[in-house]
Amino acid sequence: MRNVTTRLTTWWRAAALALVASVFWGVSMQPAQAEYGDVIINNYSDAAGMRPAVFPHWYHRIRFRCKVCHADLGFKFKAGGNKITMAKIIDGKFCGACHNGEIAWSVENCGLCHSGKPGMPTQIHGSTVQRLVAPTYKPADKK
Amino acid sequence: MNKTIRKIAVAAGFAAAVVLPLSGMAAEVPVSSAEVTGSTPAQLKVSNANVFNRLLKKEKDPNAAPWEDGIHDPENEATHALQPPKVAYEGWPRTPFGNHVDWVKALNDGLINPRYDRVDPTVEPLVMDLDIVRPVRASVPDVVFPHKPHTQWLHCSNCHPKIFIPQKGANQINMSAILLGKKCGVCHGKVAFPITTKSCKKCHSKPKPADWKPPLSEASVKNPWR
Ligand code: HEC
Ligand code: HEC
Ligand code: HEC
Repeated sequence: MRNVTTRLTTWWRAAALALVASVFWGVSMQPAQAEYGDVIINNYSDAAGMRPAVFPHWYHRIRFRCKVCHADLGFKFKAGGNKITMAKIIDGKFCGACHNGEIAWSVENCGLCHSGKPGMPTQIHGSTVQRLVAPTYKPADKK
Repeated sequence: MNKTIRKIAVAAGFAAAVVLPLSGMAAEVPVSSAEVTGSTPAQLKVSNANVFNRLLKKEKDPNAAPWEDGIHDPENEATHALQPPKVAYEGWPRTPFGNHVDWVKALNDGLINPRYDRVDPTVEPLVMDLDIVRPVRASVPDVVFPHKPHTQWLHCSNCHPKIFIPQKGANQINMSAILLGKKCGVCHGKVAFPITTKSCKKCHSKPKPADWKPPLSEASVKNPWR
């Protein structure tokens, strides 16, 4: 009888361990829950030792209609498809059309844009394609 | 006696093996499953197998602040200077998908007034109120494409002619293309409201005519034994 009880407790110990493990797994698998439409742009940032840039659509569309960037400034509807570089921004192209200290704060605030977790690939966060087809993003801290 | 206990032990082990991976899957967020199911009084000490998230609900904070949203680096000092979306969305009409706010309504209610020109805040958008109805062969409600909300936000050249030929019915559109990011999916599912089971009716908004019948499938039309 004693023998069986020990075996039983061993079972439960194993079960408890598995439970704890699964909870931790669940926590480490925690999906990113950033704002819908946030774009991570990492064409060149990582390679240059900077954090990827994060573009929040929600913040900008409160202030400007889609037309301003996508018709007037020539931003293509494609994450990472515009080959934006700091040189172009300082030249007044792309982000630099507004982030020039006149319409919006200027490029000396590096960390406000370069605020993404290192190692994240270029993507539109939370897109339907991403949800249904290919999860591109795994947390960088889970190597 | 011994045998029964062993059987129970094996059964319990099996149940644990089956339920644990599932509960692990459901527990994608650090919320106790009791909180998710909302059915277990807190004072009860029920085993975890019984508070298993049976609806596989994903409890998540849809408008997390930048430093806890999983994509911004909280170790970056400037991340903490960014505005949390919840602060901006205060008092806006909500939706159960996307940014969880109704941008069209927020604009029409005057809660926001985004510029249509980069520098001149007085430029008015070129709004065109033209609905395009697209009858759908499947038994879902027909699609109404409203030019009005689109031209409030966008310019004609954003869609015509690269995404859509400006002629009624000249464009082949289907859900597969949209879900893969083509046609309406160039915007919907990325920045404009996404395709979820809760948003179908936004596009599929026109009920079928009263005399509408689903088309018979060819296999049954051709069946000589009907
Ligand atoms: C969001 C994308 C989008 C924008 C922006 C847009 N359209 Fe369209 N337009 C469409 C779609 C979709 C159709 C329907 C095409 C079809 O049925 O195949 C259409 C159809 C048309 C048609 C054909 C109507 C008919 O009865 O044949 C005209 C004309 C047109 N658009 C003009 C414009 C003008 C002018 C603007 C700017 C004020 C504009 N559109 C902005 C998506 C857009
Ligand atoms: C962004 C707008 C939009 C949303 C959201 C949307 N649809 Fe569609 N759907 C369309 C368009 C446009 C068509 C093509 C209509 C046509 O044949 O001209 C279509 C076609 C369809 C068809 C016909 C088969 C096909 O692939 O063409 C089905 C079925 C369908 N939708 C189901 C759904 C369901 C279910 C949902 C919600 C999960 C949904 N749709 C959400 C725009 C939308
Ligand atoms: C160029 C980008 C773009 C394309 C392409 C596009 N939309 Fe939209 N659509 C938007 C934006 C931006 C809004 C504003 C609401 C939002 O952002 O959620 C909108 C709003 C709508 C609304 C209004 C929802 C409401 O609350 O009244 C409907 C319906 C809609 N789209 C259907 C379609 C359909 C159907 C197609 C394809 C035939 C399509 N859209 C293609 C950008 C687009």
